[in-house]
Amino acid sequence: MAQGVWAVTEQRDGAFRKISYELVSEGRRLADKLGQKLTAVVIGASMKEKAKELSQYGADRIIMADDPRLGQYTTDAYVEIMGQLVKAEEPSVLLMGASVQGKDFSARLAGRLGVGMAQDCTAFDIENGGLIATRPVYAGKAYTTVGFENSFPQMATARPNVMSVLAPDAGRSAELVDAQFTLDDAALKTKVAEAIKDASGKVDLTEADKIISGGRGMKGPENFKILEDLADVIGASVGASRSAVDAGWRPHRDQVGQTGKVVSPNLYVACGISGAIQHLAGMSTSKVIVAVNKDAEAPIFQKADYGVVGDLFDVVPALTEAVKKYM
Amino acid sequence: MKIIVCLKQVPDTETQIKIAPGGEKIVTDDIKWVMNPYDEFGVEEALRLKEKFGGDVTVIGMGPKRVTESIRTALAMGADKGILISDAALEGSDSLGTAKALAAVIKGLQFDIIFTGQRGIDEDQGLTGACIADLLGIPQVSLAVKLEVAADGKSVKVNRPVEGQTLVVEAQLPVLITTQKGLNEPRYASLPGIMKAKKKPLEEKALNDLGLDPAEVGLGGRKLKIIKITPPPARAEGKIVQGETPQDKATELARLLHEEAKLI
Repeated sequence: MAQGVWAVTEQRDGAFRKISYELVSEGRRLADKLGQKLTAVVIGASMKEKAKELSQYGADRIIMADDPRLGQYTTDAYVEIMGQLVKAEEPSVLLMGASVQGKDFSARLAGRLGVGMAQDCTAFDIENGGLIATRPVYAGKAYTTVGFENSFPQMATARPNVMSVLAPDAGRSAELVDAQFTLDDAALKTKVAEAIKDASGKVDLTEADKIISGGRGMKGPENFKILEDLADVIGASVGASRSAVDAGWRPHRDQVGQTGKVVSPNLYVACGISGAIQHLAGMSTSKVIVAVNKDAEAPIFQKADYGVVGDLFDVVPALTEAVKKYM
Repeated sequence: MKIIVCLKQVPDTETQIKIAPGGEKIVTDDIKWVMNPYDEFGVEEALRLKEKFGGDVTVIGMGPKRVTESIRTALAMGADKGILISDAALEGSDSLGTAKALAAVIKGLQFDIIFTGQRGIDEDQGLTGACIADLLGIPQVSLAVKLEVAADGKSVKVNRPVEGQTLVVEAQLPVLITTQKGLNEPRYASLPGIMKAKKKPLEEKALNDLGLDPAEVGLGGRKLKIIKITPPPARAEGKIVQGETPQDKATELARLLHEEAKLI
């Protein structure tokens, strides 16, 4: 009988990514509802010391797969190891992150295990002892609630920035377990030849706490400077609508919407974005939405918590000045 | 080079989603169905590789008969052959069931590269490509924005952006690559292309042709069960920030973000 909740963490360059704390915290809540143990899984190289801190977020056990070949994520190696660990212990619930890495990892793992998987969930619950997940579909134009049919582990990924992180409790401790696995070099069919850091140095949109986005109303690539100025003051990343990207004003990776990135920041400021349905789909789980637009009838105002009807070329620079007094 | 592109037909991005009575399905009556936008990048990349290395491009779609239109679109863009997997017993398959059906067809074909879109913009699961790769026992590289096949046609280098960086991944062929925006600009089908597409082979396969256990696919084979579909949670009524001048409005907005939203 499958038992226990597992939260699979994510590290880069020896540090946990924020999603890891979100997963362990959410895993704790689910484990409490089930009355079962929470196990955090750490795959990496030289992560053993760092891994111990996960006890403070609620892990009862920490399984560590530590190997020099595991410092950089590769689908082959991580799926091979995780497949072995899951088959050996048969957890009931397997939580992973819906980050770029987590989506690649979980999708292949679901295939390997032959189980159902719910991707990019925004809420979890337990009903009759089973995992229930809520997830946006059609990029947020609708939501589905899903459960699992004789499929263990019950596998799901959590959308970054959505699950709240528990306050760390230094009084908690966890059992530390070295993972038993075999990894044959011949099974590693892909390798990472190079990792090129983005020049912007900004937090990726999917993980950003605040986002300032520009649309067609920006009128040209040079005008994004005023959004970047505001972003610098409040510590935000800069995004764009599909029309701004299609016009060649911003790179593809900046696109927010149904065919771009789906984001969930605490603050989303839409400047000169009318609010086409495919854009709204990509940012509707933002906690607070601000819209700045000349057109009082623009659909974006129906989604906005705070709407400013006005010319963004006047409002945004004035806002940049106005927020300084609070920073 | 033998290239396979898997494609899905999805509601156009402008579609308003309406939930059918009963709350388990969406209303499909007025939907405009299109090729999944992420799959278009796969078709385009396949055609470019064929132009460079020779070979042929086979497009495989699964679903009701209307999916034929999307396969014809790919043929009109320049693909050589289409396969439609269509069977009432396959309807309602989840991602894993769909992957099993596609992999069953692909096993009977020769291939060097398989392209799938990084996800369908309907269910947003993004599982099918990876599951096909695992069922076939070949490597996958997801979210490609650039790819370069070696001159000897034996390996590929793929650029895939992950948060804050771009990884350059090397893989031996055969490989499955999932595609996204930024990889290329998909071509439009030309009029002669559309005429030619009508004569290109389009084969249809049913569940019987796949050698799969019917219990593994379709609604009955679902491991992920849809309990209900609901509209997005309603947002609280917003407010329009008041002020005489843009400066006044900006000052008031900053105050609200600080005092009320507590975000700055």
